[in-house]
Amino acid sequence: MSSNTSDSSSKIPVVLPGSLQTNRRLSQWLAFHADGCVTVRTGKVDLGQGISTVLAQIAAEELDVDLACIRMERASTVQGPNEGMTAGSMSVQDSGSALRQACAEAREIYLNLAALQRGLTPSQRAELRVVDGEFVSSADEIIGRYGALADDALLDIEASGIAKPKSAAEHTLTGQAVPRLDMPGKVLGQADFIHDMVLPGQLYGRVAHPPSPRAVLLEVALDGINALPGVVTTVRDGSFIGVIAKTDYAAAQALKKLAAAARWDEPATLPDMHAVSEFLRSQPVDSTLAGEKKSDTPGPSLAISDASRAAAGAQSFKASYARPFLAHASIGPSCALARCEADASGEITRVEVWTHSQGIYNLRPDLALVLGLPAAQIAVRHVPGAGCYGHNGADDAACDAVLLARAVPGRPVQLQWTREDELSCAPFGAAMAVDLQAVVDADGRISDWQHDVWSNGHSMRPGRSSTPVLYAAALLEKPFARQVAINMPLANGGGAERNALPSYDFAQWRTHSHRALAMPLRTSSLRSLGAHCNVFAVESFLDEMAEQLGVDPLVFRLRHLSDERGRAVLNAAAAMADWPNRHAVERREGAGIGIAFARYKNTGAYCAVVAAVHAEAEVRVEQLWIAADVGLVVNPDGVRNQIEGGAIQTVSWVLKEAVQFDRTRVTSRSWADYPILRFSEVPKVDVQLVSRPGDKSLGAGEATHGPVAAAIANAVADALGLRMRQMPLSADALLQAALADPR
Amino acid sequence: MALRTVNLKINGQVTSVEAEENTPLVYVLREELGLKGTRLGCGQSQCGACHVMLDGISVPSCDTPLWAAENKAVVTIEGLGKPDALHALQQAFIEEQAAQCGYCVSGILVSAAALLGKCPQPSEAQVREALDAHLCRCGAHNRMVRAVLKAATVGAVT
Repeated sequence: MSSNTSDSSSKIPVVLPGSLQTNRRLSQWLAFHADGCVTVRTGKVDLGQGISTVLAQIAAEELDVDLACIRMERASTVQGPNEGMTAGSMSVQDSGSALRQACAEAREIYLNLAALQRGLTPSQRAELRVVDGEFVSSADEIIGRYGALADDALLDIEASGIAKPKSAAEHTLTGQAVPRLDMPGKVLGQADFIHDMVLPGQLYGRVAHPPSPRAVLLEVALDGINALPGVVTTVRDGSFIGVIAKTDYAAAQALKKLAAAARWDEPATLPDMHAVSEFLRSQPVDSTLAGEKKSDTPGPSLAISDASRAAAGAQSFKASYARPFLAHASIGPSCALARCEADASGEITRVEVWTHSQGIYNLRPDLALVLGLPAAQIAVRHVPGAGCYGHNGADDAACDAVLLARAVPGRPVQLQWTREDELSCAPFGAAMAVDLQAVVDADGRISDWQHDVWSNGHSMRPGRSSTPVLYAAALLEKPFARQVAINMPLANGGGAERNALPSYDFAQWRTHSHRALAMPLRTSSLRSLGAHCNVFAVESFLDEMAEQLGVDPLVFRLRHLSDERGRAVLNAAAAMADWPNRHAVERREGAGIGIAFARYKNTGAYCAVVAAVHAEAEVRVEQLWIAADVGLVVNPDGVRNQIEGGAIQTVSWVLKEAVQFDRTRVTSRSWADYPILRFSEVPKVDVQLVSRPGDKSLGAGEATHGPVAAAIANAVADALGLRMRQMPLSADALLQAALADPR
Repeated sequence: MALRTVNLKINGQVTSVEAEENTPLVYVLREELGLKGTRLGCGQSQCGACHVMLDGISVPSCDTPLWAAENKAVVTIEGLGKPDALHALQQAFIEEQAAQCGYCVSGILVSAAALLGKCPQPSEAQVREALDAHLCRCGAHNRMVRAVLKAATVGAVT
């Protein structure tokens, strides 16, 4: 059927778009059914962001079938493409582009078959079009349908790369604000979450996690727990202890008794919460040059003496910024189901897991290592959980569930974490410290720039090493060594150094990343990774420089930005907020306005933000104006929802959030200790999308986190004349900054 | 921990359960009655995910013992509307696409319905105040507020 696959053994395989490159069989992606419906499979998972609807929209567009005929299948390791993680705002790029090509090819295959059956000439074939799944000739005759020809064997071939997806001009569904397919179920309270699953014979589990990061279980009397009403059994493996009960409530009650019965040795291994930046700078680090630009005609640089710079009419600048550890703080607790099958001798032979993990294909090998089973004997299926913003407790909970289910072969066990677990045991977003230095030449242009970022690694995801990173793995009687988080290579978006490379045209610059090798608190990927603090630092620093130079912050940015798309979003956000006239009217006491910009990952979405704040005893963000360019927009309302949601989440991070701990324990274990933004505190958010239908989609989920953070800090500086260089910009921090202010 | 028969009126239906009377209502709804739309978020009455209406007042069901619900009218998310007869609030939430993950939405809809029950034409500030006990991590707040105000204009009643 396809000449370039049959004799391709000696050729280099054609490069295919997105995840089709590594999942090349069309049958991995879609299947037609006699009723005209189409099953669409993706390796990307719905984390609350609504990606299933967008991918369904893309498939319906390329196939020319009604959106209602698309059945999105949840990702599983049993069937469908392996697309690794759902992370980094890559789903439309990875899965969307793959589906677009796979569907275009499937459409060609079906049209060719229909034409062959009807004996059409090549020109008649070329004139065929598809309308709602029906093949229509130039004479408006229906000559076939997908449903009538449905045959799985037709798609059991590799993609050829020959079929051409529709051009932007041919799109009818792309760019439409299609309502989310899962929205009715959500507002009706349907049982779609993993927490709602009930399998035949299901039992319920809880784990009494160690009360501090390095706690070791000394003793626990399990007899009393086993005798509690509804308790089926208890499990102990080293410092891992859990209980299995007949009902969820009985499990929750038994957990309280189990936790009270356990005695732990708790070494004090945590740093001073109020000196985390100093801690990061004082640790052994793995330092790398993340990037640099050298100039043949260097202007005044950081390398020359102060006197030489002064003689050249240049000024130098230096400042440090920081953020604390941040919690994922999902509204729903982590949850998982597991069922183990054992042979006659009691050996586990097969494991099934249901999880809200971001990466089912990454979770599986780590579970295999913990269990000592071949990965092929473990099936992992995705079921939606509450909103996920990175590597949270989902994978750890899946491991907990399996360790419990091992004790009751044949019975599924649903394991649920508590709120305390969620806020204290799940990986955190890493604390960061950023040191910036710059030189501005006599013309007011930045002639040299240096960025140093100090942080734990931002990635400790499962499935990437020969040692499992799942929380319980280090607790077992035969423990696995604790791993230290790494940073992914910059080509994959980087970690701590994400957006530590300038988006601006500086004559020369260099960026160093210093990854701490001690990890007192587990850190891993939290939405936008290092970009949040790096952009906060860079965009605050630019404002500090502009102020000292007496230049408007917008003008100062545009002076260093030649990228037209960057300039367009900055100008758009400024226009939305009437930036030039922001100080024209007399301002209320405490009112301030700030601006910031970044291109996410330096390769992704462009985003500029203007923030209006009111700052007295505490900071209140009143309004955000956001302009974003995410390339081709498949679903504008989906993009807006991501941009708005990301912005509001960032306001919460910036104003309120910091993981609290003493020298032994994480002490922020409830919403009372880890407050997040409430309805009455949420700002008005205006979003303008700069549409680029001819450009590829760039992802929207993380574009705002850096610019919103910096725009708020810049607005506070505008309001109070106080430069807040450390997040959160809380009432306490404001007071301390005011007391330390020399004026 | 004696079991006893507790009479309940849930979403207009009279029913009874055999349970220990201090069991938090959320577990009875989810486990005994299969009403999974009420979500458990924190179990400490701090997040709002599990709210239900008790005689028209929105309360956290994780902190409501079963005995306190006896002989009172309990309304859960399942009692607001059905797929073919959506509550005006549910309709407005769909129109405004007022959610991302949706875990917090059941409790928020219940509190919004309770608000409209006693204050059919609330101001935006009143809506925000009524929803302030509810946490949303995805940042869908403004869409939800818009949806509640929209439902109020079409005369939503509980």
